[in-house]
Amino acid sequence: MKRKYAEGVSPYTCIGALQQGGTETRLSALVMGLGNILHKQYIKGAIFLLTEVAYIWFMVQYGFYNLKMLVSLGSVEQEEYWNEELQVYQYTQGDQSVLLLLYGIATIMITLIMFWIWRGTLKSAYQAECLSKEGRHVNTFIDDIRSLFDENIHRLLMTPPMFFITVLTILPLIFMICMAFTNYSRIGNHLVLFDWVGLENFAALFDSNSVLGSTFWSVLVWTLVWAVFATFTNYFFGMILAIVINRKETHAKGFWRFCFVLSSAVPQFVSLLIMRTMLQPEGAVNVLLRSLGLIAPDASLPFFTDPTWARVTVIVINIWVGVPYTLLQLTGVLKNIPGELYEAATVDGAGPVKTFIHITLPYMFYVTTPYLIAAFTGNVNNFNVIYLLSGGDPVTNLSSTAGDTDLLVTWLYKLTVDKQYYNVGAVVGILTFIILSIGALITYRHSKSYKEEGGF
Amino acid sequence: MAKTKSAKAAKIRNNIIVHTVLAILAIIWVFPVLWVVMTSFRAEKGSYVSTFFPQSFTFDNYIKLFTDTTVLNFPQMFMNTLIIAICSCILSSFYVLSASYCLSRVRFRMRKPYMNMAMVLGLFPGFMSMIAVYFILKAVGLSEGSMIRLALILCYSGSAALGFQIAKGFFDTTPYAVDEAALIDGCTRGQIFRKITLPLSKPIVIYTVLTAFIGPWVDFIFAKVICRANSDQYTVAIGLWKMLEKEYIDSWYTCFAAGAVIISIPIALLFLKLQKYYVDGMAGAVKG
Repeated sequence: MKRKYAEGVSPYTCIGALQQGGTETRLSALVMGLGNILHKQYIKGAIFLLTEVAYIWFMVQYGFYNLKMLVSLGSVEQEEYWNEELQVYQYTQGDQSVLLLLYGIATIMITLIMFWIWRGTLKSAYQAECLSKEGRHVNTFIDDIRSLFDENIHRLLMTPPMFFITVLTILPLIFMICMAFTNYSRIGNHLVLFDWVGLENFAALFDSNSVLGSTFWSVLVWTLVWAVFATFTNYFFGMILAIVINRKETHAKGFWRFCFVLSSAVPQFVSLLIMRTMLQPEGAVNVLLRSLGLIAPDASLPFFTDPTWARVTVIVINIWVGVPYTLLQLTGVLKNIPGELYEAATVDGAGPVKTFIHITLPYMFYVTTPYLIAAFTGNVNNFNVIYLLSGGDPVTNLSSTAGDTDLLVTWLYKLTVDKQYYNVGAVVGILTFIILSIGALITYRHSKSYKEEGGF
Repeated sequence: MAKTKSAKAAKIRNNIIVHTVLAILAIIWVFPVLWVVMTSFRAEKGSYVSTFFPQSFTFDNYIKLFTDTTVLNFPQMFMNTLIIAICSCILSSFYVLSASYCLSRVRFRMRKPYMNMAMVLGLFPGFMSMIAVYFILKAVGLSEGSMIRLALILCYSGSAALGFQIAKGFFDTTPYAVDEAALIDGCTRGQIFRKITLPLSKPIVIYTVLTAFIGPWVDFIFAKVICRANSDQYTVAIGLWKMLEKEYIDSWYTCFAAGAVIISIPIALLFLKLQKYYVDGMAGAVKG
């Protein structure tokens, strides 16, 4: 906790400004930039003032309307009427709930950002007041610009990325989360106009008697099974492969590594699409097996048509896709294991299996916990492998919306893009997040590499 | 004497077993890559073949890919992707490097919150926000016509700064003493970043630039959601995926293989060149 305060702390706080600041500083809370202008920071003050004017103009023009509509999400239906002059049917402009929701959330975010700026201006005014009272140098505008390239460089460099993260990641996420509490769905024809429904969607998904509920549980179980298998098969297989290749006695290390890395050099979606076509009933693998006489000439192995086969197939192919990456990543880490440990173990008479279990594994688990969590998270959210390989097929339960290899993410895709059940899709997304964060946050925050981060 | 002999024999036997297993595994891993290269030169059309090896070889698939623009305009997709890749590469390299530098070298108040936020955002299914991104782009008028290109550039580069971990891990390992010396000599932080940190971190700069460049070539789902039916804005990835759809697969299958080979070659070369940085970056990031 101590360090948290030590990082970038400033004596000019917002509360300090309101309690101890002079009249001009306190007035800055109403008229932003006033304090700065009075203390000869004209340009800075003017910018603050302009920001405030722009915000007020925006709120009067659009903001308050947006906020008002956010509550009801609109109720005016689009209507068709006959235009006598042009002799055509025309439509009146109805309310579009999606846009109203989006604008409403955007307005709230703008307001929050404005509040943050407002705090900044207060602090700035207070600082200017204190400095000029003490007779010290008050930064001119040029000084401020210069400081952006020096001690305040993080403001200059972090603002553009932060802006885009806010607009293209945070705003959409909040937007989607809000959808979970509406009835925005093709069910009941709520694609144009929809309302807030509270937690109804969550209740529907947890109700295991309904089709949706039972689908959710089966998809969830398979997602977890998949994630565990996909993560650990890759991890162990990649690690063993790396150890075998790095063995002293293995010849042509570079060549072996090249063979495996070659397949990961091909873009993932290409290799996945290739795999899919190869494993079709009439694909290359079945043709090869037939010509080798391993299966009957007209038979084919049901790689993606039988549920169990399909599940095993995606896990096995995921090994094919993922092991080269694991190999690359773990090679570096394995080299860091102190050699003395192995020497001591060999002197004590431990064989390769024993050294692996008692030295390599504990060390690797200890060092690569964050990597494992990232891999697990990545696998729960592994859209590409499932969507491009099996597309969630086969669908055995025709009444449900998910196939047997569908993960929560691919199900989310089907629900939103194919079925247009946006609200249910959003709920699935939120639940995926909750499941992941509970596990990840606890493990991650207790891992050594997180705690020791920092300190030069 | 007999003992060493038997130990030696065991060693040789072990070595033979290890090398055989490695050879079999290597064949499994290389085989699909070889197969797609063979298919790209295959003269027989169609996706389903009765023989495993092609009967005759031809170069026509590549020629068709770049000349037959009536149904699937591959040259245009290629240009689209190239433009998008170059622009988003510049933007996202800038974002990633500057964010990593700040997080590694400057101790500011929002540093820990930012890092925690990046982690939390990483836990959401990436696809979840895509639909919403589409609505947002639509609301600001970036979802039609040639604006789609701009939209894709913004999307690919926009959240890039959340992936700062590897670059930050690298910056963390470069000695801070150099920075301090420069500060004493009167350098500003901006100068340190440009004149000291970046030149010292060439590997990670190259790594960041190239991964950012590769991104648009291999992303498939995001482009699909944003392009929708605007086929003149398609990127290579969607084009290749289209070629495997039911109505195209018979006439375009071998061209798909050709296209896959064409975009794989540069990416494969980059990747093979870069794997050293990948390994180092990863080892640095894991070490913390």
